[in-house]
Amino acid sequence: MKTRALLVAAALVAFTGSAALADSIQHGDLTIKDAWSRATPPKAKGAGAFVSITNNGSEDAHLTGAVSGYAKRTEIHEMAVNDGVMKMRKLEDGVVIPAGKTLELKPGSYHVMFMGLKQPFKMGEELKVTLEFEKAGPVEVTFPVMKMGAKSGKMHH
Amino acid sequence: MNVAKTIRYGAWAAVALLVAAVSAVTVMKFVKEDVPQAATVQIGGPFELVDGKGQVFTDKNLDGKPTLMFFGFTYCPDVCPTTLSDMQGWIDNLGPKADDLNFVFVSVDPERDTPDVIADYVAAFGSHVVPLTGSVDQVKKVVKDYRVYARKVPLEDGDYTMDHTAAVYMLNGDLDFVGTISYQEPEETALPKIRKLLGSS
Ligand SMILES: [Cu+2]
Repeated sequence: MKTRALLVAAALVAFTGSAALADSIQHGDLTIKDAWSRATPPKAKGAGAFVSITNNGSEDAHLTGAVSGYAKRTEIHEMAVNDGVMKMRKLEDGVVIPAGKTLELKPGSYHVMFMGLKQPFKMGEELKVTLEFEKAGPVEVTFPVMKMGAKSGKMHH
Repeated sequence: MNVAKTIRYGAWAAVALLVAAVSAVTVMKFVKEDVPQAATVQIGGPFELVDGKGQVFTDKNLDGKPTLMFFGFTYCPDVCPTTLSDMQGWIDNLGPKADDLNFVFVSVDPERDTPDVIADYVAAFGSHVVPLTGSVDQVKKVVKDYRVYARKVPLEDGDYTMDHTAAVYMLNGDLDFVGTISYQEPEETALPKIRKLLGSS
């Protein structure tokens, strides 16, 4: 059962490689989609990126970290605004995605954090960021850069 | 340490802010009569900061107009850019009336947010918002007088992030605190509040 799932997963990985499809990547039991980031003002040193990860497997998945060349450090963060105060923390142990559940990295919540940006992100660019999972291993995800202050990765009309 | 836990530590600061959200007059009702006048919660007051050109900027530069004031920092990945973007939306919506208000972004991170850094950051969203920073002591005084929650939280390699109040302050022309617009508050409620603030001047 497990071997078969792994074989299917391996086949999927072989088929899709690590390149991003139009809007969704299969990575083992994980479906990764709706990745986006936003343009940053000049001299800004911090930025966030967002993505939805669904665990279709029967075991918990574990997002352990993120890697990119855009900043001094690329990390998984949690942010919250409670009683009017914004707090942000690095998640040293990453985030667990329970079997059958979707983890949304989104504004005001979990995000990929770029600390010490080397250059501003410009609207229309595509960032390549590797997300690392404990069992499924690393996968490169493309994050299109939306306009400054954008609240979602969806195009406005 | 997870956010939920740290939030609990910050809860008292948040309570202070909530109390502060009530006007000083209302607060008086909760204060026992034998408590001296000085115990009244006061928010706001005169300040001296530095603008994006490195020049002194004080409450006098607000010209007696009502003010929308936000406290943030440029390392901020989310609340600060979205709030500046919201502010720009309000400005666009108000049209020429926006000139009867001050829009101010005050850094709570003066060590990293030098005048040129904060000037470029804020200008990227539009030209109407005044970027302010200052010396560590100048900012500390404003944070204290305006009952802002701002705390440095260390990260790796000597880096840090700032926990900070995410709401936009509304001050009338006399610099009295009249309320807040909360993070991600929809325009449907934010704009009437701003129009009321304009009308009160
Ligand atoms: Cu972060």
